Amino acid sequence: MSTAVTTPQEASANSLIAGQLPKYTPWATLLVSLGIAAGLLNSVGHFSITAVALSGIALFLVGMFALSSAVEGIRKAKDRLARQMVSLFFLVALIPLISLIAGVAVRGSERLDGKFFSYSMRNIVGEGGGAIHAVYGTLIITGIATLVSVPIGMLSAIFLVEYGRNGRLARSITFFVDVMTGIPSIVAGLFAYTVFSILFGPGTKTGLAGAAALSVLMIPTVVRSTEEMLRLVSNDLRESAYALGVPKWRTVLKVVLPTSIAGIITGMILAIARVIGETAPLLVTAGLTSSLNTNPINGPMTTLPVFVYYSYVTPGIPQEPYYARAWAGALTLILIVMGLNLIGRLVAWRFAPKSR
Amino acid sequence: MSTTTQPSTGTAGGGSGDDHHEIIHSSKRFGERLFTQLTKGSGIGILVILAAVATFLVGLSIPALTADVKDLPYGNFWSYVAPFAFGTVWAAALAMVMAVPVSLGIALFISHYAPKRMAQTLGYIIDLLAAVPSVVFGLWGINTLAPAVRPLFLWLNENLGWIPLFSGAVSGTGRTVLTAAIVLAVMVLPIITAITREVFLQTPRLHEEASLALGATKWEMIRQAVIPFGMPGIISASMLGLGRALGETMAVAMVLSPDDVINFRVLTSQNPNTIASNIALSFPEAYGLGVNQLIATGLVLFIITLAVNMTARWVIARRSEFSGAN
Repeated sequence: MSTAVTTPQEASANSLIAGQLPKYTPWATLLVSLGIAAGLLNSVGHFSITAVALSGIALFLVGMFALSSAVEGIRKAKDRLARQMVSLFFLVALIPLISLIAGVAVRGSERLDGKFFSYSMRNIVGEGGGAIHAVYGTLIITGIATLVSVPIGMLSAIFLVEYGRNGRLARSITFFVDVMTGIPSIVAGLFAYTVFSILFGPGTKTGLAGAAALSVLMIPTVVRSTEEMLRLVSNDLRESAYALGVPKWRTVLKVVLPTSIAGIITGMILAIARVIGETAPLLVTAGLTSSLNTNPINGPMTTLPVFVYYSYVTPGIPQEPYYARAWAGALTLILIVMGLNLIGRLVAWRFAPKSR
Repeated sequence: MSTTTQPSTGTAGGGSGDDHHEIIHSSKRFGERLFTQLTKGSGIGILVILAAVATFLVGLSIPALTADVKDLPYGNFWSYVAPFAFGTVWAAALAMVMAVPVSLGIALFISHYAPKRMAQTLGYIIDLLAAVPSVVFGLWGINTLAPAVRPLFLWLNENLGWIPLFSGAVSGTGRTVLTAAIVLAVMVLPIITAITREVFLQTPRLHEEASLALGATKWEMIRQAVIPFGMPGIISASMLGLGRALGETMAVAMVLSPDDVINFRVLTSQNPNTIASNIALSFPEAYGLGVNQLIATGLVLFIITLAVNMTARWVIARRSEFSGAN
């Protein structure tokens, strides 16, 4: 802790920077505390990178606080502590992100080959096989869910913003959309399961049921994002259209929607990205199959998340190929979802209305 | 038509509202009416869907509550659901204890500490976490997190074992309720961060500068201007995160090694399962009234999340009158 002694002396030598720690102090303190932590842990015999990092950082926070409150006063010390804690939290959040993406990328790339995207699991035991049936299932189920929820969600948002005008119906729709946002995904799955069991006999598992469950989850997201975007459209634009004698519905279709279309599309893409990774509702509605099934109204249909789940929790023997396929599926999923997010942001950025 | 046009006269649209109000009436065009009815119909459609969800869930839950206990595969419903309800709330609470402070820190870092140019990029990086599907979080939780936190669990048990929370025999796999809660925390972190970040950025510049001009340090400025202004946003963001943590299924189902006990110890292998995870694990093999019982547990979960969301909205509505927002 040599810095604790020398710095105040150096500081008091120059009256202009009196009561202020020099800029290198935090870094120096960090190095010193990491060194002390490493030395102490080494002598006790518990040396490991994680332990050194944890105790070193704790030591750094305490040491820095003591140092700063001695030299600069308690208020400055608190300010420094807050800055360090906040930066630390950010770095802490990066750890799971990096370890997750790196882990999935490394283990997933083993089996992410042509065969993975051209074979299903039909009659496959052990090595080989692929997830083409799951890819098709994901595309079909998410596609149907999108086709159902986008029109309903968009039209409802238009009603809320343009026609509802805080009437009783509009207020209750807003309220129940909020309620719907909070439906846990497994509950949406149970709902779709019960509806389809009653309509088509108990235990019916079809792609359509999965799509229904996803729609329940997707509609509120679409309503929310569209509503937000429509509210951003300036009233001047609407009034100009009315002044030219354009009826309201044409104003909405030709003026309001084109102005906000970029934001609306971004909202759709993010909504798709949200439901494409859903596992739980599809587990109870769409079931599991190892063959390619492209008919959403007949027979179970596997999607990528369900494929990943079952490959991992109920592997065959030998286990390794099943795990490898699960990781490859996980990597595919991450790539799809992140790609969708990226496209969404690009659309928002590229086609944003240039109002200012 | 009166229901749709009448409220429009009294809105912020002002004078122009009256004008187009008349236009609509003078020309009852087919297109206008079709479009209005179409949008109104979709809105009502949402209400119908939600009513259907409620009806079907309640309708199919009733047999599980009224049937004779002898016919129920999982026994008495309330004693069956109690450990799961406890586990749901317990795991979510642990996750929130970890996630809320960290998310607020990250949001502050992005909005007030990081260089302005980097702020948006850093925000995107955190948003990436929200893009990871839950089943991938599950894989990560089993393979990376559980082995990694086990030494920490052993250390906690050795040194802090006198706290009841950390007592008992440490699980050999690391797949405990605490591990599941860490995964949940990581999952809700981007949600809370995204909302609070936006709220913090909206703090009026004048409030911040007034505080700094009076000689406050940055941290004092944040406590005086940013946090009070953002309080309703912080609460609503946390509640949204809590709703997500309560309903999360796959990550918990994969990470936790479950047991049907009510147990506050977070490091042992006797962990209370959550409702959602139990449904996912038991549903494929359920039959007869067991299906109804599982649906009834789903209804309990729905009611819990609904209560959380309603409380959040109530808090916001109550607080917003006093916030700096107006």
